[in-house]
Amino acid sequence: MLWYIGRRLLQLIPVFFGATLLIYLMVFAMPGDPIAALYGDRPPAPEVIEQIRQQYNLDKPVIVQYVLWLGGLFTGDLGTTYSGRPVAEELARAFPITARLAVLALLFESVVGIAVGLVAGLRKGKVFDTAALVISLLLISIPTFVIGFVLQYLLGIKWGITRTTVSPEAPWGELIVPAIVLASVSFANILRLTRASVAENMGADFVRTATAKGLKRGRVIRVHILRNSLIPVVTYLGTDLGSLMVGAVVTEGIFNIAGVGGTVYQAVVKGEGPTVVAFVAVMVIIFMLANLLVDLLYAVLDPRIRYAK
Amino acid sequence: MSEDFTTTPDPSLEEETPLLQVRDLQITFKTVGGEVNAVRGVSFDLYQGENLAIVGESGSGKSTTATAILDLLAENGRVSGGSALFNGKDLTKLSRKEMEYIRGREIGYVPQDPMSNLNPVWNVGFQVKETIEANTSLRGKAAKDRVIEVLKEAGLSDAGSRLRQYPNQFSGGMRQRVLIGIGMSARPKLLVADEPTSALDVTVQRRILDHLGTLTREHGTSVLFITHDLGLAAERAEKLVVMYKGQVVEYGNSKEILADPQHPYTKRLVAAAPSLASRRIQSAVEGKRTPGTVGDAIAVARSEAAKSEVSTEAPLISVDNVTKIYDISQGGFKKTQFKAADDVSFKIAKGKTMAIVGESGSGKSTIAKLFLKLEDITSGTMTFDGRDVGSWPKRELLEFRRRVQPVFQDPYGTLDPMRSIGASIAEPLQTHGIGDRASQRKTVAELLEQVSLPAATANRYPNELSGGQRQRIAIARALALKPEVLVLDEAVSALDVLVQAQVLQLLADLQAELDLTYLFITHDLGVVRMVADDVTVMRQGQVVEAASTDEVFENPKEQYTIDLLEAIPGGKFEFGKSA
Amino acid sequence: MPSNRNIERYVAPFEETPVAAVDAVNTSQKASSVWGDAWKDMRGRWLTWVCLALIVVIAFVAIFPDLLAPSSLKSCRILNSVEPPEAGHPFGFDVQGCDVYYRVIHGARASVTVGLLATIMATVVGAIIGAVAGYYGGWLDSIVSRLGDIFFAIPSVLGAIVVMTVIPWGRNEVTLALTLAVFGWPQVARIMRGAVLTAKNADYVTASIALGVSRGKILLKHVVPNALAPVIVIATVSLGTYIVAEATLSFLGIGLGDSAISWGHDISTAQEAIRTTPMLMVYPSAALAITVLAFLLLGDIVRDALDPKARARR
Repeated sequence: MLWYIGRRLLQLIPVFFGATLLIYLMVFAMPGDPIAALYGDRPPAPEVIEQIRQQYNLDKPVIVQYVLWLGGLFTGDLGTTYSGRPVAEELARAFPITARLAVLALLFESVVGIAVGLVAGLRKGKVFDTAALVISLLLISIPTFVIGFVLQYLLGIKWGITRTTVSPEAPWGELIVPAIVLASVSFANILRLTRASVAENMGADFVRTATAKGLKRGRVIRVHILRNSLIPVVTYLGTDLGSLMVGAVVTEGIFNIAGVGGTVYQAVVKGEGPTVVAFVAVMVIIFMLANLLVDLLYAVLDPRIRYAK
Repeated sequence: MSEDFTTTPDPSLEEETPLLQVRDLQITFKTVGGEVNAVRGVSFDLYQGENLAIVGESGSGKSTTATAILDLLAENGRVSGGSALFNGKDLTKLSRKEMEYIRGREIGYVPQDPMSNLNPVWNVGFQVKETIEANTSLRGKAAKDRVIEVLKEAGLSDAGSRLRQYPNQFSGGMRQRVLIGIGMSARPKLLVADEPTSALDVTVQRRILDHLGTLTREHGTSVLFITHDLGLAAERAEKLVVMYKGQVVEYGNSKEILADPQHPYTKRLVAAAPSLASRRIQSAVEGKRTPGTVGDAIAVARSEAAKSEVSTEAPLISVDNVTKIYDISQGGFKKTQFKAADDVSFKIAKGKTMAIVGESGSGKSTIAKLFLKLEDITSGTMTFDGRDVGSWPKRELLEFRRRVQPVFQDPYGTLDPMRSIGASIAEPLQTHGIGDRASQRKTVAELLEQVSLPAATANRYPNELSGGQRQRIAIARALALKPEVLVLDEAVSALDVLVQAQVLQLLADLQAELDLTYLFITHDLGVVRMVADDVTVMRQGQVVEAASTDEVFENPKEQYTIDLLEAIPGGKFEFGKSA
Repeated sequence: MPSNRNIERYVAPFEETPVAAVDAVNTSQKASSVWGDAWKDMRGRWLTWVCLALIVVIAFVAIFPDLLAPSSLKSCRILNSVEPPEAGHPFGFDVQGCDVYYRVIHGARASVTVGLLATIMATVVGAIIGAVAGYYGGWLDSIVSRLGDIFFAIPSVLGAIVVMTVIPWGRNEVTLALTLAVFGWPQVARIMRGAVLTAKNADYVTASIALGVSRGKILLKHVVPNALAPVIVIATVSLGTYIVAEATLSFLGIGLGDSAISWGHDISTAQEAIRTTPMLMVYPSAALAITVLAFLLLGDIVRDALDPKARARR
């Protein structure tokens, strides 16, 4: 197990440098002036440009620029937003809000998704299964932002059950509806994955043997079918975090949540290049670390990984 | 007890009730093509303490019958008629709860494939313990002690220290012992053992079956064996049910049936079963070869016992002191070396068959790969027709490939599923630029005829053919280039007995017809007896014994060879000879 | 002991179980290849035909939008802002006073173009890289796999957000598709690599080596055809995913340029009028959802058809 963790950490290093370099190059090695690119149609005053050139070390070779920029990421020196606030400060304020939203979303999609998927898989071809399948397909086909608007309109405007936007402090209660919106696509995917996996495991030899041992049906389902079906679901959670991050940009934008995603949304809409780049870089790093966690969880769930050489 | 019982009067058994009484059992599966009757009217009796074996080829319905008794049929299957009375209760009519009570506690189950029947995510101790907790009142420490006891009984002497290990840390044989331990853990009255050892090496199989025999005898457990192996059935069970296409063709005392089979199917089965008493198959080419008369051909073969002459001419193939070492990465940068073949030597004369026999890990397949130039020799030399195989020039590799062709074990993997049979057989011709399209098509038709398949097979795809047919196609492909040597790596191991006999007969005919030399790799000594002139016995990469086939079978020198011979199920029986 | 209990010998009547010729080829049915079988399976499901019909309609709309919505509907008049449907304008007008029907019809092309381009690029590049890495293995495999990990570490829409933000001059179908494909190929490569690894160890490959077939030929003739099924499935599904990605970026205002008509963009502007005319959002959303659903379902159907195990389970 220790060996496995070590190897995963080792593998993460080149990926970390590669991915951050990639983001850096996307911004600063594109054809054209990076300053013009970052600031779009609202070029800052000449003296500001000079300041920015120095801030981003644009007078030095690209690789040196990258190293200095990466150092900035680590020391929390991420530049400033248009309003003059340091990006790092902005991030520190926004992060807990998004973390709350993400926890709620993950909880919803995994608990409800696995539960519904399990029942659907056990009753393959029955009414419940068909209904679950149709709903999940619809949820995947309708983009997150449409679902967001629809819920916002129905719950917030038409029926007046919830607020249409979330207050700046973003308490847990107000985040429930946005979390469901954020989780909708992943919920559908987890449901489908669990269902397929349960249906497959039901036909597995070891499940038949477990039944033949005289175990009660409930125990066979819990201990053998469900437990084994969780493995692909956990693997999926890793890649899913990526779409969750994109979803956070959209969802936080719609519900006006002042989290990481909402900040990116605002920055994108206003054309604030440096903020977008800094925040996305941080998101990618979180994505990598989260994936590492998922890999470890995977190893906990599946001893074949742990004991493979 | 039950009213059904009165419908089967048998005056001689009035005072004793069978433990399991199966009557006219019918099982139906719902498939895309409609309903299929997989089992039609199976009946038999099994008394307490008795062993009964159901023998049949794949698709005979033997496993289906066993799973129906435990009410474990796949979702699309159901018992559509008949009954299975166990202690007076009809197993086919019990509720789920009642069945859960009986399973494990009164009827134990040992499944076929040790690799897939233990849950890979739970440790072994857990999986035994949950069985004990489900079927007994033992809990906690007492249950744990019982786990160790059960596993020790099943032959895992170091059970105590291995409870926390996972199935993938156990070998196949060890896993099978765990499964036997699970099946016997609640001291059931009946144990259903579905091909319990068919995935294992013969010596391991023998040890496990011996152990199972002792265990069930001690506890007075009846065993219902499901097997494809006539020898095993005869050796381990007093009673025999022979099934064919879902029906019982013969039922009775096993020794009687094997000594004097009555039904034409049983006769063929007994005739085709490879055993120590088998004799070298002779080609029937001289006479008129009529495909399908396998049993007869073998009967002919047996009547004129073959003698292998000691050849004096220079060998076609000569293997001298060949060693093959693999580097195995041990995680990280550590590497260990594994000697797959260790100083192996043998010679094969032209037109003869050399069998290399061994259990898994013996290095027999490595020798095949080395001779086929699929892997490089670490040290030693292999010569073919007087030329060194290892240093065979790259430019002339095609020539070597033309002269030496392989046939592999798995009939399902040996043909590209995406390509038609015709395309597969024509591939060697295209690769070697032999003939144009039209002549290639003609050659394909001829080759198909040679392996007794209709020419129209060329348009079909592998998924439409049976295992035996695929293996015959693979032979046809190998023959396309008119090679001199065929390397047959477990080429008939995956086939049912009758089909196996048919393919072996085909190989014997082709050898006589085309003067082929065979390097025959197998784990099955019975098959060796039927095809080989000479035998090389291998173990852990080394040659244990090498001699002519008769010599090895009649006068084995080494203990390992003797063990191997003794481990063959039903070895002592003379099939088809009236007792 | 039990064995002394004599039982009556039973022998089935011979005619009841005729012993057929051992292992005869069944020539009664038509020959069926793997693809043929898959198609036969798909053909029998009504859902296949619904999906295919939808895709044909979508393709038609994307190629010939003018036949359904002539350019006479193109002009927008602010006077018509959020006017309800009227004769000749079945879906009414949007905030800018443009005909919603016209925009929904003409929005198909952008979605389909981006989706198709991104899918083709990601699939072709990913499949080739994955196949080569899996088949040749060694250091090539290590390098390619690590490289794939790097691109895989950046979720494709996040990457596209960065790129599309910093190149406002390049907001068109091709750059958008290219950006999505740049972050999308590793997924295809991973799947292809895995499938190739399975296929290359098959006995039929070894048999071909022993026949003297060259390595490259084996890759093309045996390995790739046998590894293609999962790639086809992922390509069909990702077509839907890329269409959603385009809509998301257009929704954020960094997708296609302002001159292009995109469903994502229209959904975003419809938001302004959601309190008064929520129907404005329904039309482009429904068009988008139906398009995505068609490809998603087709992917499911293809997956079921290509996997004999799934076929048996159904």
